[in-house]
Amino acid sequence: MPVSFSKASLENKYDVIIIGSGLGGLTSANRLAYCGYKVLLLEYHTQLGGLATWFKRKGHIFDVSLHGFPYGMVKTCKKYWNKEIMNSIVQLKKIVFDNPQFHLETTFDRLDFTEKLNKQFKIPASTIDAFFSRVAGMNFYDDQSMTTRELFEEFFPGRSDVHRLLMEPISYANGSTLDDPAITYGIVFSNFMNKGVFTFEGGTDKLIGMMTDELEKNGVTICTSAKVDRVVIDSGIVRGVEVQGKTIECGSVVSNSGITNTIYNLAGKDAFSDEFMAKADKIRVNNSSCQVYMGIKKEDKIDDIGDLLFTSTAPEFDSSELCDFTTRSKTFSVYYPKTRPGHDRYTIVASMNSNFADWDNLSEEEYKKEKQNLIDRALVDLDRYLPGAKEKMDWVEAATPKTFNRYTLHTQGTSFGTKFEGLDISRKIFKEVSGLFHVGSVGIIMSGWLGAINYGVIVSNDVDAYMRSIA
Amino acid sequence: MTRDAIKDLILEIIEDIDEDADFDTLESDKPLRDQLDLDSMDFLDIVMELRKRHKLQIPEEDYPELATLDSCVNYLDPLLKDA
Repeated sequence: MPVSFSKASLENKYDVIIIGSGLGGLTSANRLAYCGYKVLLLEYHTQLGGLATWFKRKGHIFDVSLHGFPYGMVKTCKKYWNKEIMNSIVQLKKIVFDNPQFHLETTFDRLDFTEKLNKQFKIPASTIDAFFSRVAGMNFYDDQSMTTRELFEEFFPGRSDVHRLLMEPISYANGSTLDDPAITYGIVFSNFMNKGVFTFEGGTDKLIGMMTDELEKNGVTICTSAKVDRVVIDSGIVRGVEVQGKTIECGSVVSNSGITNTIYNLAGKDAFSDEFMAKADKIRVNNSSCQVYMGIKKEDKIDDIGDLLFTSTAPEFDSSELCDFTTRSKTFSVYYPKTRPGHDRYTIVASMNSNFADWDNLSEEEYKKEKQNLIDRALVDLDRYLPGAKEKMDWVEAATPKTFNRYTLHTQGTSFGTKFEGLDISRKIFKEVSGLFHVGSVGIIMSGWLGAINYGVIVSNDVDAYMRSIA
Repeated sequence: MTRDAIKDLILEIIEDIDEDADFDTLESDKPLRDQLDLDSMDFLDIVMELRKRHKLQIPEEDYPELATLDSCVNYLDPLLKDA
């Protein structure tokens, strides 16, 4: 069991210290333990998982970021975690879109999307094929000058309905907009289109529990309530970390605490060259989120309205409308008893994209009032799909960008890391400070559950190469 | 290590990555990626495994050398000569 830092009896030195236990941090810890290193994982919160988190209220378990990931997660969990984790991955078969431009139900894979685009949207089969081939062939080292908007205009000129179908889910998945590089869209969209949308049976709590067991089995030391104050750097080389006045030595630090946090707060900008800082200063963090968590009474049931609903009453898709303070666009993730077999409860989570500044500038009273308004809008919108559901609820509460900031410490509460430029900085940080690595949502493509885990593996490879080079 | 042993080593590593990989029809001069269900993450696994087993450091710019079974053997042969 992970222990609280104040009660832990730690050694003075580890090979690698991981700061933060998001999926990237957890995976790096596991990979590096597999490579034979003595690993210490430090988490600021009392619970592991970072944004892959959950909370319990009145018998309900609410998942914060378990909304659906691509099929690639199966292979990734098998290779970098274990078969038991892999075997808990199941498909979400009913994805619903409802907006003034169209209504449809889909399995969200290439086959079904091809049919919908052809029959419902009247797009020629050859255009659809050409589009799929183009996005499937995209790589992150390709030309980045084309935006997603330009990509869509090339294949589906003037078709704002098609643009909406293609973009809306991805905006919720990683906070990207039509103005981000087309390659970030292509890579993520193709991952989903491979076989559809999948989830973890048993919920986030079960997944993180299984990962924790695996880490402990592999000898990783885990501490919670352990906020790292700074990374100790001497002559351009990492020497350790400082936690609550105590220094713990190590050969490498893997920071899973956000790239901006890592640079400005943990290492301090003086640790980097002017050239590097000029680039780092330009990193844009992605937007944050608002969520409304709704729990249905134990004795009550709701109809099957789909697993994931992309809903909006805005006439057309508009990336900035999605982040608006009173956006008319939101997703509903519906968790039926099948989500947690044996637990047998129904919960619904409404998610919206949101900007930190809109919530940060409110007085305490305004903040409370706006949170209630947020809840009320979600209930009104949900009523279109589940009339009367409000009467069946015995728990409703909301989270805002400030909530995300409080629990994850992410700059501006970002729920999707950074824009594209963050990836290059994250990949090169160890070339600036020997032994300092970053893992976490960056560059849009290394975001989401699958992106975070795979990035944890990629960074572990760098750490292993470095550790062996100094051995 | 002989060239055959290196070949076996690579196949063994790939089998650990994908136990369903079919080696019977594998053509050693054609890209592994096209013949087996391997993606860029799998190639990273091969790199990590070679480092773990034989302390080999393969720089990122050399990753293309691992494209086919033949090119793997050619690239690793001098490096694993004394292994």
